[in-house]
Amino acid sequence: MASKVLHAIYRDDDLLLQAVKQIREARYHIGEIYCPFPVHGLDKAMGLAPTRLAITSFMYGLVGLCVAVAMMNFIMIEDWPQDIGGKPSFSFIQNMPAFVPIMFELTVFFAAHLMVITFYMRSRLWPFKKAENPDVRTTDDVFLMEVDAANHNIDDLTDFLYKTGASEIKLIE
Amino acid sequence: MIVGAIGLMYGFIAAPETVEDVKEMMASHGEHGEEHAGEETEKVNVEQLPGGNNAEMHSESSATADHGAEAGHGEEASHDDEHYEHILHQLQNKPWAALYVAAFFFFMISLGVLAFYAIQYAAQAGWSPVLFRVMEAITAYLLPGGIIVFVLLVLSGLHMNHLFVWMDPEVVAHDEIIQNKTAYLNVPFFLIRAAIYLGGWIFFRHLLRKNSIKMDDATDNRIFKKNFKLSAGFLVFFIVTESMMSWDWIMSLDPHWFSTLFGWFVFASLFVSGITTIAIISIYLKSRGYLEFVNDSHIHDLAKFMFGISIFWTYLWFSQFMLIWYSNIPEEVVYFIQRMEDYQLPFFGMLITNFLFPVLLLMNSDYKRVNWFVIMTGIVILCGHYLNVYVMVMPATVGESWFIGIPEISAMLLFGGLFTFVVFNSLTKAPLLVKGNPFIKESKHYHY
Repeated sequence: MASKVLHAIYRDDDLLLQAVKQIREARYHIGEIYCPFPVHGLDKAMGLAPTRLAITSFMYGLVGLCVAVAMMNFIMIEDWPQDIGGKPSFSFIQNMPAFVPIMFELTVFFAAHLMVITFYMRSRLWPFKKAENPDVRTTDDVFLMEVDAANHNIDDLTDFLYKTGASEIKLIE
Repeated sequence: MIVGAIGLMYGFIAAPETVEDVKEMMASHGEHGEEHAGEETEKVNVEQLPGGNNAEMHSESSATADHGAEAGHGEEASHDDEHYEHILHQLQNKPWAALYVAAFFFFMISLGVLAFYAIQYAAQAGWSPVLFRVMEAITAYLLPGGIIVFVLLVLSGLHMNHLFVWMDPEVVAHDEIIQNKTAYLNVPFFLIRAAIYLGGWIFFRHLLRKNSIKMDDATDNRIFKKNFKLSAGFLVFFIVTESMMSWDWIMSLDPHWFSTLFGWFVFASLFVSGITTIAIISIYLKSRGYLEFVNDSHIHDLAKFMFGISIFWTYLWFSQFMLIWYSNIPEEVVYFIQRMEDYQLPFFGMLITNFLFPVLLLMNSDYKRVNWFVIMTGIVILCGHYLNVYVMVMPATVGESWFIGIPEISAMLLFGGLFTFVVFNSLTKAPLLVKGNPFIKESKHYHY
């Protein structure tokens, strides 16, 4: 791992976005950026791979749908056949409209909750975890960028970062 | 489409010439078509696809309609059997109903676009002004389309056809439920209401369009503010009248049946068809190089609306269906029993075209930017919503003797041709990019 990183602090999201582009053009490596709020287009500017969370969400939705179908089929048709809406057909497909709300809800439930859990796991977050935030001000109004400084001249890099609009720069060993 | 395309090509060079050209073309083909149809007098419902272009279909369908009625009267004498007479009446209704469905379908597209347009103004949307001229052009069909629908309603009122069963005094005399509704459902009041809706919508559309053109030379935002207020007013007027329109023009076809969310249901259908049409026409014009300022993000947003409102439509479809189906009140549930037994394929088929298909195809964010994907989905959505109107209108008018044959297809082609002609002709009347709109710069740079 890179032992030396520079923490550059920016005060404006547009400035940050500009800086990210310049830094990447100059072939420096950006480790992580801490923002007080999501900055539109930052992931693209940083060159991050597009998220695959949507795909997992779709699959979780399908799982939820299957669970709902299996559950309703077992509860209302097989285990204890019910007369639904005065139409005692005892077949799943004919009673299906009555189950649609449940199917819908469970699809949404599975997709939403499992997606959030997946997100937490991927970003290594859990309740009562100590914040990894290097500077508390990033939770208020300041953007912090970690720039990899291991193989570069620190002074050049610092100058360059000031030119891109950084307001403070700190070297972390 | 051919007519529309020619209108477009010519239109960009010289607008007035085009109108004459196309009219001549329609007229010459019209004569040809009438001769052609005259030979087939007896074949009211032949399953034979007429070849040729829209104009030909046009006269053929109207000829078919007339002959349908004539042939029907001729046969009436020979059949005493009540059952046959019943089917005969249904078949007599069929060309009328086909005409009505198609006329209403294209009218509703343009109405949906007008509502969407007004929402853009009222919400002061920043992304959409580059599409305003396309929207305005589609709403140009409101006037001819509205007149056609109105004429059809007047003809029903004059007992030229039997689309609306409550208009028949004999039926009403034996029907207590309709008798109780006569204060609302009577021909003069019905037509007055229709005139108010149509007049109101066309009036608002006219003002909005006029202001929009005036705005091109405007130096301040005065006209924009005016349009903002107009749009807000229109939306209030629209949501009330649209709801009543759906009761009048569609729900009253089944006068015993009622559904309290019917207005919303029709609204969802017209809204999604309208947005789909905006997307299709925008992509078409863009592919021809006329809308270079429309970027993928605009298409993406339209596709999002198509996706969202398709789901909204399904939600309403299902809410209406499930509540009535499981409450199981005889006079209500009969509406769905008829549709499930006689119209099984279109009734459930439209769930696939209007819900499954758009949901699965437009779910992925990247697919919403692939133009041919949007076009393809759009075409399926439009077909699905044609079926939706078809299933709303046909069971009450034609009953079990339905199929999609010459009258339906030719009526669709007729109004489709007229629609494209009016829309593309209107596109030629004004620059394709609005000026003077305070959001136009934002819209041009719009990037998702």
